Amino acid sequence: MRLSILTRGLIKDNPTLVQLVGMCPVLAITTTLENGIGMGLAVVVVLALSNLLVSLSRSFTPERIRIPIFVVIIATFVTIVGLVIEAYVPSLHKSLGIFIPLIVVNCLILARAEAFAFSHGPIDSLLDGIGMGLGFTIALMIISAIREILGTGAIAFGGTVLFQLPIPQTISMILPPGAFLVLALVLAVKNAISNRKEEA
Amino acid sequence: MENAGLLTIIVSAILVNNFVLSRFLGICPFLGMSKKVETAAGMGMAVVFVMTMAGIFTWFANKYLLVRFHMEYLQIVMYILIIAALVQFVEVVLKKMLPSLYSALGIFLPLITTNCAVLGVALLNDQYNFGLLKTIVHSAAVAVGFTLAIVLFASIREKLEANDVPKAFQGFPIALIIASLLSFAFLGFTGMV
Repeated sequence: MRLSILTRGLIKDNPTLVQLVGMCPVLAITTTLENGIGMGLAVVVVLALSNLLVSLSRSFTPERIRIPIFVVIIATFVTIVGLVIEAYVPSLHKSLGIFIPLIVVNCLILARAEAFAFSHGPIDSLLDGIGMGLGFTIALMIISAIREILGTGAIAFGGTVLFQLPIPQTISMILPPGAFLVLALVLAVKNAISNRKEEA
Repeated sequence: MENAGLLTIIVSAILVNNFVLSRFLGICPFLGMSKKVETAAGMGMAVVFVMTMAGIFTWFANKYLLVRFHMEYLQIVMYILIIAALVQFVEVVLKKMLPSLYSALGIFLPLITTNCAVLGVALLNDQYNFGLLKTIVHSAAVAVGFTLAIVLFASIREKLEANDVPKAFQGFPIALIIASLLSFAFLGFTGMV
């Protein structure tokens, strides 16, 4: 039971590929796998901690002003995570840029606070946050890996090239149009798979 | 950007660095509110209004509160509260003073609070170190760029209704393909400024 709260965000209710929420970073920072993983993990931390705090404070949060309270909680954790990244991984902070503070307005986080954490216990909420955050990370990894391979013909991590493919480099894949195109194709493949499952 | 002229800022914000098609800010309303040209234009107008106001208010808050008292680390919390309060305030004022405009923008206003483009523009204004005039011009130009993109996108999507789209591509995937083609078109403006 507890385990299913953690795992359903990964594939079945994947926030990006199934629920289609919080799309801005999915398109914007998926130019390299490294950025995708960094962004994903930042969201996991913010989502898990804000879910936990929202759940812990739900008994004394007045219903009518809950949204501003959620936003302040989320903004606090985003600030903390942003400062930590800036201090320990400055290169990541530079390449994610404005998208770190913009985690605040990622609808995924507010949606989980409203739809789950405000009506569930702290442990369940924490698990839900980790699961949904990891689902988001998985989606970012898929899209950023495709874009990086097609765009540069290689995967680089931490400054070293992990592997290189003998394919032509399609620069447009790491430019903005490639983001829309790759996401469109990934969603179409996902639709084709679920359509086939329904027919069977 | 800090020393750029006003015209450069305008052209850059509308065409070259279009918020939606090259910076990927405001994707949610871009995809969600673009089924009809009419709603897209309504959303665009509301964004122009709120974004310009938010630009001005966050500029004052940044200069006279955050920087002055060395509390820059509170920027995110401060900005998001200003935007949320501003949207509420605009809603109340419009309802009272300009009911016709209110009924036109009505349902779009609350949605804008969570529009990352508004917070994005406030943060960029600060990053670029803009003065008040440039902040106003930049915020408004970004919003016009958003409106341009969403209206173009909606008019293509309206035409798409009559087309036979493969099953797997129906809904979001085909919309994203259109966005990709639009983005390719806007890529042509690169290097203009």
